[in-house]
Amino acid sequence: MEWLMMKQWSPYIVGIGIGILSWFSFLISDKPIGCSTAFTRTSGMIERLFSGKRVLEKNYYVRFPPIVDWEWMLVVGVIIGSFISAKLSGQFHMQWIPDTWSSTFGSALITRWLIALFGGVIIGFGARWAGGCTSGHGISGTLQLAVSSWLAVICFFVSGIITAMVIYKIIP
Amino acid sequence: MLSNVHSKKRLQLFLGLIIGIVFGFFLQKGGVTKYDIILGQLLLTDFTVLKIMLSAVITGMIGIHLLKYLGLVQLHIKPGSIGTSLIGGIIFGIGFATLGYCPGTLSGAIGQGSLDALYGGLVGILIGTGVFAAIYPRIEKTLLQIGSFGELTIPDVLRVNPWMVVAMVSIVLIALLFVVEKLGL
Repeated sequence: MEWLMMKQWSPYIVGIGIGILSWFSFLISDKPIGCSTAFTRTSGMIERLFSGKRVLEKNYYVRFPPIVDWEWMLVVGVIIGSFISAKLSGQFHMQWIPDTWSSTFGSALITRWLIALFGGVIIGFGARWAGGCTSGHGISGTLQLAVSSWLAVICFFVSGIITAMVIYKIIP
Repeated sequence: MLSNVHSKKRLQLFLGLIIGIVFGFFLQKGGVTKYDIILGQLLLTDFTVLKIMLSAVITGMIGIHLLKYLGLVQLHIKPGSIGTSLIGGIIFGIGFATLGYCPGTLSGAIGQGSLDALYGGLVGILIGTGVFAAIYPRIEKTLLQIGSFGELTIPDVLRVNPWMVVAMVSIVLIALLFVVEKLGL
């Protein structure tokens, strides 16, 4: 069982594993793996706490009702699965500032927090605009050869690469 | 198809959780729940993300098309348009590089203790999806419909047998992985 405690596996083993997992997802649940609608639903649940049932009438929440569904449970599972993996390899630890970040921008907590918050708003908004994320479009959509997904994932990475290079001042 | 299994709601919630646990375990073991590895990919210094994604796509694609051929699964193609994929994709990419996680890997990052993912990214994504829900009625029939093409697949566009595309895409992606390895990336 030593392999369960390894810090990192070969990316090819991990990729093939995720590919095989997608077969099971289609087979036993008739659903592609995806993550971003779970965030929409949670956002709707929170909004409902403040403004009550009229939230349910919003067009978008009619399409994606704020309820716990299969994909919502999947996202909870991702948190648990990652926790188990990190615990087994002794990598679980509370960390505010990633190393790559602090080596360029220093270790001020507030800066990283604000930028992560801002990035989160943009990616959440963009994921729903694009109709999926790196899982739903990037893996599940591309493997089904969906045109929408191939186009989206190319845009994710081209835009992501340019933005990262601007942030890290590689391109002006 | 396993329709009797698909219709059991409680069982499905449980299966969703199990699939998520395995997915999260793989993501963490792959290292892609780490900001450093994701930014490494976007800065083109570390190709772990590409290697994982492409090998998942090749494996998944061959298996799903075989299962479909055997009548055991059906495809779930996301309908799309130039407006959704192109504009949404560009916005997503800006957020992806700024946050350093995507929605799935962010969940994994929370599980391994990354607090920027929990207090920054998660809160931000919930706000961002909420804002999108608010403006959705205004763009639903305009921006999101630009160049709409519906539930289209690459075999539909090329008007060829899906297996032709599966074979071509597999060859191209495997060749790409060979090049990446050859270059020592």
